[in-house]
Amino acid sequence: MALDPSFVGRTYPPTDPYEVGREKIREFAESIGETNPVYTDPEAAKALGYSDVIAPPTFVFAITFKAARHLVVGDPQLGLDFNRVVHGDQKFAYTRPIEAADRLTVITRIDDIKSLAGNDVILISGEVRDAAGEHVVTAMTKLVARAAEAEAGR
Amino acid sequence: MTAKISYDAVEVGTELPAQTFPVNRADLIRYAGASGDFNPIHWNEKFAREVGLPDVIAHGMFTMAEAIRVVTDWTGDPGAVADYGVRFTKPVVVPNDDKGALIEIAAKVAAKLDDEARTVRVDIVATSEGQKVLGMARAVVRLA
Repeated sequence: MALDPSFVGRTYPPTDPYEVGREKIREFAESIGETNPVYTDPEAAKALGYSDVIAPPTFVFAITFKAARHLVVGDPQLGLDFNRVVHGDQKFAYTRPIEAADRLTVITRIDDIKSLAGNDVILISGEVRDAAGEHVVTAMTKLVARAAEAEAGR
Repeated sequence: MTAKISYDAVEVGTELPAQTFPVNRADLIRYAGASGDFNPIHWNEKFAREVGLPDVIAHGMFTMAEAIRVVTDWTGDPGAVADYGVRFTKPVVVPNDDKGALIEIAAKVAAKLDDEARTVRVDIVATSEGQKVLGMARAVVRLA
Protein backbone atom coordinates (compact mmCIF):
# COMPACT_ATOMS: atom_id res chain seq x y z
CA MET A 1 0.00 0.00 0.00
CA ALA A 2 1.40 3.37 -1.01
CA LEU A 3 2.38 5.78 1.71
CA ASP A 4 0.13 8.78 2.26
CA PRO A 5 1.75 11.79 0.54
CA SER A 6 0.03 14.14 2.99
CA PHE A 7 2.84 13.24 5.42
CA VAL A 8 5.24 15.36 3.34
CA GLY A 9 6.30 18.30 5.49
CA ARG A 10 5.61 16.52 8.76
CA THR A 11 8.22 17.66 11.28
CA TYR A 12 8.89 15.72 14.46
CA PRO A 13 9.86 17.31 17.78
CA PRO A 14 13.62 17.70 18.44
CA THR A 15 15.39 14.71 19.95
CA ASP A 16 16.94 14.79 23.41
CA PRO A 17 20.55 15.98 23.15
CA TYR A 18 23.18 13.46 22.05
CA GLU A 19 26.45 14.18 23.82
CA VAL A 20 29.41 13.43 21.57
CA GLY A 21 32.22 11.59 23.37
CA ARG A 22 35.89 11.46 22.36
CA GLU A 23 35.97 7.70 22.84
CA LYS A 24 32.85 7.18 20.73
CA ILE A 25 34.50 9.12 17.92
CA ARG A 26 37.66 7.04 18.36
CA GLU A 27 35.64 3.81 18.25
CA PHE A 28 33.88 4.92 15.05
CA ALA A 29 37.10 6.13 13.42
CA GLU A 30 38.81 2.81 14.19
CA SER A 31 35.84 0.87 12.84
CA ILE A 32 36.36 2.44 9.41
CA GLY A 33 40.14 2.00 9.59
CA GLU A 34 40.85 5.72 10.01
CA THR A 35 44.28 6.82 11.14
CA ASN A 36 43.92 10.62 10.77
CA PRO A 37 44.89 11.95 14.23
CA VAL A 38 42.31 14.73 14.02
CA TYR A 39 39.76 12.09 15.09
CA THR A 40 41.69 10.83 18.11
CA ASP A 41 44.26 13.39 19.25
CA PRO A 42 42.93 16.68 20.66
CA GLU A 43 46.26 18.39 19.94
CA ALA A 44 46.10 17.41 16.26
CA ALA A 45 42.54 18.76 16.12
CA LYS A 46 43.59 22.00 17.80
CA ALA A 47 46.36 22.43 15.24
CA LEU A 48 43.60 22.57 12.61
CA GLY A 49 41.64 25.13 14.62
CA TYR A 50 39.12 22.88 16.39
CA SER A 51 38.52 22.91 20.12
CA ASP A 52 38.51 19.10 20.42
CA VAL A 53 38.70 16.00 18.24
CA ILE A 54 36.26 16.01 15.34
CA ALA A 55 34.15 13.17 13.99
CA PRO A 56 34.51 11.59 10.53
CA PRO A 57 32.01 12.99 8.01
CA THR A 58 29.57 10.07 8.16
CA PHE A 59 29.60 9.68 11.97
CA VAL A 60 26.42 11.75 12.29
CA PHE A 61 24.35 9.18 10.43
CA ALA A 62 24.10 7.02 13.55
CA ILE A 63 22.41 9.94 15.32
CA THR A 64 20.10 11.10 12.53
CA PHE A 65 19.09 7.61 11.46
CA LYS A 66 18.26 6.59 14.99
CA ALA A 67 15.94 9.58 15.16
CA ALA A 68 14.44 8.82 11.74
CA ARG A 69 13.92 5.19 12.56
CA HIS A 70 12.31 5.93 15.87
CA LEU A 71 10.11 8.79 14.70
CA VAL A 72 9.31 8.16 11.04
CA VAL A 73 9.54 4.40 10.70
CA GLY A 74 7.94 4.14 14.13
CA ASP A 75 5.10 6.46 13.20
CA PRO A 76 2.08 4.13 13.22
CA GLN A 77 0.03 6.58 11.17
CA LEU A 78 2.58 6.46 8.33
CA GLY A 79 2.79 2.66 8.29
CA LEU A 80 6.24 2.24 6.73
CA ASP A 81 7.31 -1.43 6.91
CA PHE A 82 10.95 -1.35 8.02
CA ASN A 83 11.49 -4.97 6.98
CA ARG A 84 11.12 -3.91 3.35
CA VAL A 85 13.27 -0.76 3.60
CA VAL A 86 16.61 -0.34 1.87
CA HIS A 87 18.85 2.71 1.99
CA GLY A 88 18.70 4.37 -1.43
CA ASP A 89 20.64 7.63 -1.18
CA GLN A 90 22.48 9.52 1.52
CA LYS A 91 23.61 13.13 1.52
CA PHE A 92 25.12 15.43 4.11
CA ALA A 93 25.35 19.23 4.07
CA TYR A 94 27.87 20.45 6.63
CA THR A 95 28.23 23.80 8.32
CA ARG A 96 31.05 22.45 10.47
CA PRO A 97 32.37 19.06 11.60
CA ILE A 98 31.01 17.53 14.79
CA GLU A 99 33.38 17.96 17.74
CA ALA A 100 33.70 15.99 20.95
CA ALA A 101 31.56 17.50 23.73
CA ASP A 102 28.95 18.75 21.25
CA ARG A 103 25.41 18.32 22.50
CA LEU A 104 23.40 17.68 19.36
CA THR A 105 19.68 17.66 18.75
CA VAL A 106 18.01 16.44 15.58
CA ILE A 107 14.88 17.81 14.00
CA THR A 108 13.50 15.14 11.70
CA ARG A 109 11.27 16.02 8.78
CA ILE A 110 9.61 14.10 5.96
CA ASP A 111 10.72 15.98 2.85
CA ASP A 112 9.12 13.85 0.16
CA ILE A 113 7.10 10.70 -0.48
CA LYS A 114 6.81 9.11 -3.89
CA SER A 115 5.65 5.85 -5.33
CA LEU A 116 7.87 4.43 -8.06
CA ALA A 117 7.08 1.10 -9.74
CA GLY A 118 5.21 -0.04 -6.65
CA ASN A 119 8.03 0.95 -4.30
CA ASP A 120 7.56 3.66 -1.73
CA VAL A 121 10.35 6.23 -1.76
CA ILE A 122 10.61 8.48 1.27
CA LEU A 123 13.05 11.32 1.74
CA ILE A 124 13.81 12.21 5.36
CA SER A 125 16.01 15.05 6.57
CA GLY A 126 17.65 15.32 9.96
CA GLU A 127 18.75 18.82 10.85
CA VAL A 128 21.45 18.68 13.50
CA ARG A 129 22.05 21.67 15.79
CA ASP A 130 24.40 22.24 18.71
CA ALA A 131 23.58 23.40 22.23
CA ALA A 132 23.67 27.03 21.08
CA GLY A 133 21.11 26.25 18.38
CA GLU A 134 23.65 26.68 15.60
CA HIS A 135 23.41 24.46 12.55
CA VAL A 136 26.05 21.71 12.36
CA VAL A 137 24.93 19.38 9.58
CA THR A 138 21.82 18.18 7.80
CA ALA A 139 21.53 14.54 6.78
CA MET A 140 19.21 13.67 3.89
CA THR A 141 18.25 10.02 3.78
CA LYS A 142 16.29 8.36 0.99
CA LEU A 143 14.67 5.10 1.98
CA VAL A 144 13.04 2.75 -0.50
CA ALA A 145 10.37 0.37 0.75
CA ARG A 146 10.19 -2.39 -1.80
CA ALA A 147 6.82 -3.59 -2.99
CA ALA A 148 5.70 -6.57 -0.90
CA GLU A 149 6.04 -9.10 -3.76
CA ALA A 150 9.56 -7.99 -4.78
CA GLU A 151 11.56 -9.42 -1.93
CA ALA A 152 14.99 -9.61 -3.56
CA GLY A 153 17.15 -6.55 -3.15
CA ARG A 154 20.17 -5.45 -1.26
CA MET B 1 39.48 24.76 8.75
CA THR B 2 42.80 24.46 6.97
CA ALA B 3 42.87 22.26 3.90
CA LYS B 4 46.39 21.52 2.74
CA ILE B 5 45.41 21.67 -0.95
CA SER B 6 45.24 25.08 -2.57
CA TYR B 7 42.27 25.96 -4.78
CA ASP B 8 44.66 27.57 -7.23
CA ALA B 9 46.73 24.39 -7.51
CA VAL B 10 43.89 22.19 -8.78
CA GLU B 11 42.08 22.12 -12.08
CA VAL B 12 39.19 20.20 -13.53
CA GLY B 13 40.46 16.67 -14.04
CA THR B 14 42.99 16.73 -11.18
CA GLU B 15 43.02 13.20 -9.79
CA LEU B 16 43.09 12.53 -6.07
CA PRO B 17 45.35 9.67 -4.92
CA ALA B 18 43.26 6.50 -5.32
CA GLN B 19 43.00 4.04 -2.43
CA THR B 20 41.83 0.48 -1.89
CA PHE B 21 40.14 -0.47 1.37
CA PRO B 22 39.83 -4.11 2.41
CA VAL B 23 36.73 -5.20 4.32
CA ASN B 24 36.14 -8.56 5.98
CA ARG B 25 33.47 -9.99 8.27
CA ALA B 26 35.24 -8.82 11.42
CA ASP B 27 35.32 -5.26 10.02
CA LEU B 28 31.55 -5.41 9.51
CA ILE B 29 30.96 -6.61 13.07
CA ARG B 30 33.15 -3.80 14.36
CA TYR B 31 31.31 -1.26 12.19
CA ALA B 32 27.95 -2.61 13.35
CA GLY B 33 28.98 -2.03 16.95
CA ALA B 34 30.44 1.41 16.37
CA SER B 35 27.54 2.65 14.24
CA GLY B 36 24.68 0.88 15.99
CA ASP B 37 23.49 -0.71 12.72
CA PHE B 38 22.94 -4.37 13.60
CA ASN B 39 20.91 -5.31 10.53
CA PRO B 40 21.62 -9.07 10.16
CA ILE B 41 22.26 -8.77 6.39
CA HIS B 42 25.67 -7.41 7.47
CA TRP B 43 26.71 -10.40 9.59
CA ASN B 44 24.30 -13.33 9.17
CA GLU B 45 24.77 -15.25 5.93
CA LYS B 46 21.63 -17.34 6.38
CA PHE B 47 19.51 -14.25 6.88
CA ALA B 48 21.15 -12.45 3.95
CA ARG B 49 20.37 -15.35 1.59
CA GLU B 50 16.81 -15.59 2.86
CA VAL B 51 16.15 -12.00 1.79
CA GLY B 52 17.62 -12.68 -1.66
CA LEU B 53 21.18 -11.45 -1.26
CA PRO B 54 24.11 -13.51 -2.60
CA ASP B 55 25.90 -13.37 0.77
CA VAL B 56 26.57 -10.98 3.65
CA ILE B 57 26.98 -7.42 2.35
CA ALA B 58 28.82 -4.42 3.77
CA HIS B 59 26.84 -1.59 5.30
CA GLY B 60 26.25 1.04 2.61
CA MET B 61 27.35 3.59 5.20
CA PHE B 62 30.62 1.70 5.65
CA THR B 63 31.34 2.07 1.93
CA MET B 64 30.30 5.73 2.10
CA ALA B 65 32.68 6.25 5.05
CA GLU B 66 35.58 4.65 3.15
CA ALA B 67 34.91 6.57 -0.07
CA ILE B 68 35.24 10.01 1.54
CA ARG B 69 38.61 9.04 3.06
CA VAL B 70 40.15 9.60 -0.37
CA VAL B 71 38.93 13.19 -0.12
CA THR B 72 39.76 13.80 3.55
CA ASP B 73 43.24 12.29 3.17
CA TRP B 74 43.76 14.64 0.22
CA THR B 75 42.62 17.79 2.04
CA GLY B 76 44.13 16.78 5.38
CA ASP B 77 41.28 18.52 7.19
CA PRO B 78 38.00 16.54 7.10
CA GLY B 79 36.21 19.80 7.94
CA ALA B 80 36.92 20.90 4.37
CA VAL B 81 34.02 18.72 3.20
CA ALA B 82 30.96 20.96 2.77
CA ASP B 83 28.64 18.48 1.07
CA TYR B 84 28.80 14.77 0.48
CA GLY B 85 26.28 12.46 -1.14
CA VAL B 86 26.04 8.99 -2.65
CA ARG B 87 23.51 6.60 -4.12
CA PHE B 88 23.77 2.97 -3.04
CA THR B 89 23.58 1.16 -6.37
CA LYS B 90 25.15 -2.27 -5.79
CA PRO B 91 26.06 -4.09 -2.60
CA VAL B 92 29.64 -4.87 -1.58
CA VAL B 93 29.50 -8.63 -1.06
CA VAL B 94 31.79 -9.79 1.76
CA PRO B 95 32.55 -13.54 1.65
CA ASN B 96 33.34 -15.48 4.81
CA ASP B 97 36.99 -16.19 4.02
CA ASP B 98 40.35 -14.78 5.02
CA LYS B 99 40.28 -12.19 2.23
CA GLY B 100 36.87 -10.54 2.39
CA ALA B 101 36.29 -7.87 -0.24
CA LEU B 102 38.08 -4.82 -1.60
CA ILE B 103 36.53 -1.39 -2.03
CA GLU B 104 38.45 0.61 -4.62
CA ILE B 105 38.03 4.38 -4.59
CA ALA B 106 39.08 6.81 -7.29
CA ALA B 107 38.21 10.51 -7.36
CA LYS B 108 38.88 13.59 -9.39
CA VAL B 109 38.05 17.27 -9.43
CA ALA B 110 34.98 17.58 -11.65
CA ALA B 111 34.33 21.33 -11.35
CA LYS B 112 35.70 24.46 -9.76
CA LEU B 113 32.55 25.88 -8.27
CA ASP B 114 33.31 29.20 -6.63
CA ASP B 115 36.51 31.25 -6.81
CA GLU B 116 35.50 33.25 -3.71
CA ALA B 117 34.52 30.31 -1.50
CA ARG B 118 37.34 28.25 -3.09
CA THR B 119 35.07 25.23 -3.47
CA VAL B 120 35.46 22.36 -5.89
CA ARG B 121 33.25 19.40 -6.71
CA VAL B 122 34.98 16.05 -6.44
CA ASP B 123 33.41 13.07 -8.22
CA ILE B 124 34.09 9.69 -6.63
CA VAL B 125 34.03 6.24 -8.24
CA ALA B 126 33.71 3.29 -5.87
CA THR B 127 34.04 -0.25 -7.19
CA SER B 128 34.17 -3.74 -5.75
CA GLU B 129 34.76 -6.87 -7.85
CA GLY B 130 34.76 -4.62 -10.91
CA GLN B 131 31.23 -3.36 -10.20
CA LYS B 132 30.37 0.23 -9.39
CA VAL B 133 28.86 0.16 -5.91
CA LEU B 134 28.04 3.86 -5.50
CA GLY B 135 26.31 6.18 -7.94
CA MET B 136 26.32 9.98 -7.98
CA ALA B 137 29.07 9.96 -5.37
CA ARG B 138 30.09 13.59 -5.02
CA ALA B 139 31.62 15.91 -2.48
CA VAL B 140 31.90 19.67 -2.39
CA VAL B 141 35.19 20.61 -0.76
CA ARG B 142 36.53 23.98 0.47
CA LEU B 143 40.18 24.29 -0.43
CA ALA B 144 42.81 26.66 0.91
